[in-house]
Amino acid sequence: MSEHDISVTVNGEQHELSVEPRTLLVTALRDELGYTGANVGCETGRCGACTVRVNGEAIKSCTRLAVQADGSEIETVEGLGENGDLSALQERFQEHHGLQCGYCTPGMLVTAETFLRENDDPSREEIREAIEGNLCRCTGYQNIVDAIEATADQLGEHR
Amino acid sequence: MSDADGADSNDDGSSGAFGAAIERGEDVPLLTGDGQYTDDISLPGTTHLAIRRSDHAHARLESVDTSAAEAMDGVVAVFTGEDVVESGVPNTIPTAWDLPGLVQPQYRMLATDKVRHEGTAVAAVVAETPHAAHDALERISVEYEPLEHVTDPVEAVERDVPPVHDEAEDNVAFDFELGDSDATDEAFADADRVTSVDLRQPRIIPNAMEPRAALADWEETTEKLRLWMTSQNPHLHRMLLSAGTLGLPENRIQVIAPEVGGGFGSKIYHYPDEAVTAWCSMQLGRPVKWQATRSESYLTDCHGRDHVTTGEIALDDDGTIRGVRVETHAGLGAQLSQFGTATPSYLYATILSGQYAIPAIHCRVVGAFTNTTPVDAYRGAGRAEGIYVIERLVDVGARELEMDPAELRRRNLIQPDEFPFETAAALVYDSGEYERAMDVALEHVDYDELRERQDELREEGRYLGIGVANFVESAGLSPSGLAGDLGAQAGGWESSIVRFDSTGSVTILAGTADQGQGHRTTYAQIAAEELGLSVDDIDVVEGDTDRIPQGMGTYGSRSASVGGGSIARGAREVREKARRIAAHQLETPVDDLEFEDGEFHVTGAPDRSLHIQTIAHEAYLGHDLPEGMDPGLEETNFYDPENFTYPFGTHVAVVEVEPETGEIEIERYVAVDDCGEIINPMIVEGQVHGGIAQGIGAALYEGAAYDDEGHLETRRMDEYAVPHSTQLPEFETDSTVTPSPHNPIGVKGVGESATIAATPTMVSAVVDALEPFDVDHLDMPITPESVWRATEGDR
Ligand code: FES
Ligand code: FES
Repeated sequence: MSEHDISVTVNGEQHELSVEPRTLLVTALRDELGYTGANVGCETGRCGACTVRVNGEAIKSCTRLAVQADGSEIETVEGLGENGDLSALQERFQEHHGLQCGYCTPGMLVTAETFLRENDDPSREEIREAIEGNLCRCTGYQNIVDAIEATADQLGEHR
Repeated sequence: MSDADGADSNDDGSSGAFGAAIERGEDVPLLTGDGQYTDDISLPGTTHLAIRRSDHAHARLESVDTSAAEAMDGVVAVFTGEDVVESGVPNTIPTAWDLPGLVQPQYRMLATDKVRHEGTAVAAVVAETPHAAHDALERISVEYEPLEHVTDPVEAVERDVPPVHDEAEDNVAFDFELGDSDATDEAFADADRVTSVDLRQPRIIPNAMEPRAALADWEETTEKLRLWMTSQNPHLHRMLLSAGTLGLPENRIQVIAPEVGGGFGSKIYHYPDEAVTAWCSMQLGRPVKWQATRSESYLTDCHGRDHVTTGEIALDDDGTIRGVRVETHAGLGAQLSQFGTATPSYLYATILSGQYAIPAIHCRVVGAFTNTTPVDAYRGAGRAEGIYVIERLVDVGARELEMDPAELRRRNLIQPDEFPFETAAALVYDSGEYERAMDVALEHVDYDELRERQDELREEGRYLGIGVANFVESAGLSPSGLAGDLGAQAGGWESSIVRFDSTGSVTILAGTADQGQGHRTTYAQIAAEELGLSVDDIDVVEGDTDRIPQGMGTYGSRSASVGGGSIARGAREVREKARRIAAHQLETPVDDLEFEDGEFHVTGAPDRSLHIQTIAHEAYLGHDLPEGMDPGLEETNFYDPENFTYPFGTHVAVVEVEPETGEIEIERYVAVDDCGEIINPMIVEGQVHGGIAQGIGAALYEGAAYDDEGHLETRRMDEYAVPHSTQLPEFETDSTVTPSPHNPIGVKGVGESATIAATPTMVSAVVDALEPFDVDHLDMPITPESVWRATEGDR
């Protein structure tokens, strides 16, 4: 099958790669570039485990082809930390026990972080709606909502 | 959450670790994307396996032509069931639980004669890339002679259909009875009233977020198999693969469970797929990786439940429960999975007494083969199904007597001074204060006032429902001898090693295997408490059969109680050896030493002391040890508990149901759990939250179904309703602490409790709301449509 050359920036680092036209963005990130943080839970756009940010927007990377991402700026869970430390959101997830098996966590973090950029003072209902597309089978979501709410509160204190 | 006191070890050097809400160290790699799940691991030269599966529910396999697939670019090899047979390996996927009269048909890695459910593995393609492997699947041509199929466990037994297995002409795998049927008949004859309920517990698809996966690497030179896999019990997988399937001794198989993305039962079992992955690597001498798609998970991960039941309850007018009689048809699927026979028999029938002193119980279970995905333990396994039955029966009994359902429960509770309590269903409950937990739960919702509000709202045409469910769970199946008597082909023990090194840090090698439960933190807390150290001094290793010699694994709410019990015992032995070394070097009798904060000091002379970490160093130097003592400071412990532990509690749900639309709104959800001593309240609460989510999921949203062709209707994630964030309420949790009297750390376990409790709680709440419509029961999932239909005539 013919391959296409594409170029993407992932967490600030530029990558050139060749992909089949049908290769999903999540597959390219994981198998070609080694960003294995984003996980595949359903490959049908339902679970959100594969969520990454493309040009500032949180998307499910199993619903995009790698060729469609040519020229994009991509951010994955690996890029969330700050200088090797956990980000505020990551810290709150640990503090509020917002993860158990961790499989949904990379997607959940990217979704939540993107959401908090748009809404820095959300209600719990708004948080629940924001993460509706990210399934978690372990936590029942409440501690995830707590973690996101606590992050917003913390960011609010610095406003 | 209430505070739990530390473990009552005989002489504890209490570090305060036990009982503290310590954050999980294991979170960090999971938060940064560094955690390695099976599919994240790659070896040089890895090939990729894809499995061709039958799209027929039941058919004779006429021919499998692989030639076109073999000729494709990038394809390394294509194998059929005949190839596996010819390789001469034992080629059996063994069951792990025998029952009297059990029919055990052949179960092979790849089918050779018939396919018995949609998704049966028929052929395997190994290729250089996943794409090439999946492309080649479509080029395998398989000819089938379709046979009539059956997917319902009652029809399988009662209708005249071609048997799933010739060995079981009537599709009955086992016909199981428990309890005293004469005594039960008598109780029913004597009781003032008898009432009953017919119910179904639909199939649940476990839906661990990480689909199953395996990476096998057969090393020709050493003839050793390394197998990374999504496993809840690597040692059990090693054992089952070894003897029954691949014919290798255990010492030539290393099973590694890296990060595992949830299990809930589904990753306990020895499936054909992972075995085929290993076998392919052995044929090819190259690493082979298999990653299930979500649809493959839905078709092949063992489903849970699938019960069709008639339950009867005999009561006196004063509310005394006189007897319970239950008859269940349990769907086992097309093959016997490892614990597929134990789950609907012993794990189910034995819990039918619930929290109540019921003098007579009888249960019959017909285990039926059907042309469906095999059924096995899913979170709550057996106990969830059993508690559901008894709690539904108590609710219909309360209706019959026109008695408040909480009051009927209360009148029949086993009292604290009656423990150990032997039920009429063959268990001996260890300890319990059922009424205390029930009171706490009812106080949280202000039960009496709530009932008044319900009456008022009904006047206004609004339908509030209050669901109360009491549960008890048999956790940590044991002792091994009893398990063996009942048919288990494995033990009920757990094993661990507690090892000091010469720098004074500690490594725990544990035979359980985490899939999100937080063992690394919890176990460190247990050992820190026993050894007077900080949790940071302790490292916990799990999930690798070459590093951890033995283990049974993580399932059945056993890790904290049995695994943790083993660690506590091992740590105590280590501490006692350290004490003898301290006594020797401080030149004082052993009994003169006190242990505090990791320090042994001479009674009355606090400056004459030695720290346990210093002693560790001395133990490895070996220069100055008591006469006859071997060097080193580590202990291997096998802990075989004397009994199950019995977590319990009461959950309450408050819902408002809108009969016009069928809409169900969950107003409150209160969970009061008693899991004995609490090692880490944050982790316990997390287990309760997740358990409630799955229990509510089963009650309101989930449920797998087969269509008329025997095809799974719910085959993708958008067709099966795993609850999402806006479908679940805020949970209010609380706890009481009734230690297990026989567990070394007083722990009872909590992994399955909330799932067991939440399902009957939710169903009870919705049915309670619909009392004015004379609805006595609704089957799960209770959807808006089912509410709407049930209230149709009366709206
Ligand atoms: S893997 Fe992309 S949404 Fe599930
Ligand atoms: S933590 Fe396991 S799926 Fe969310």
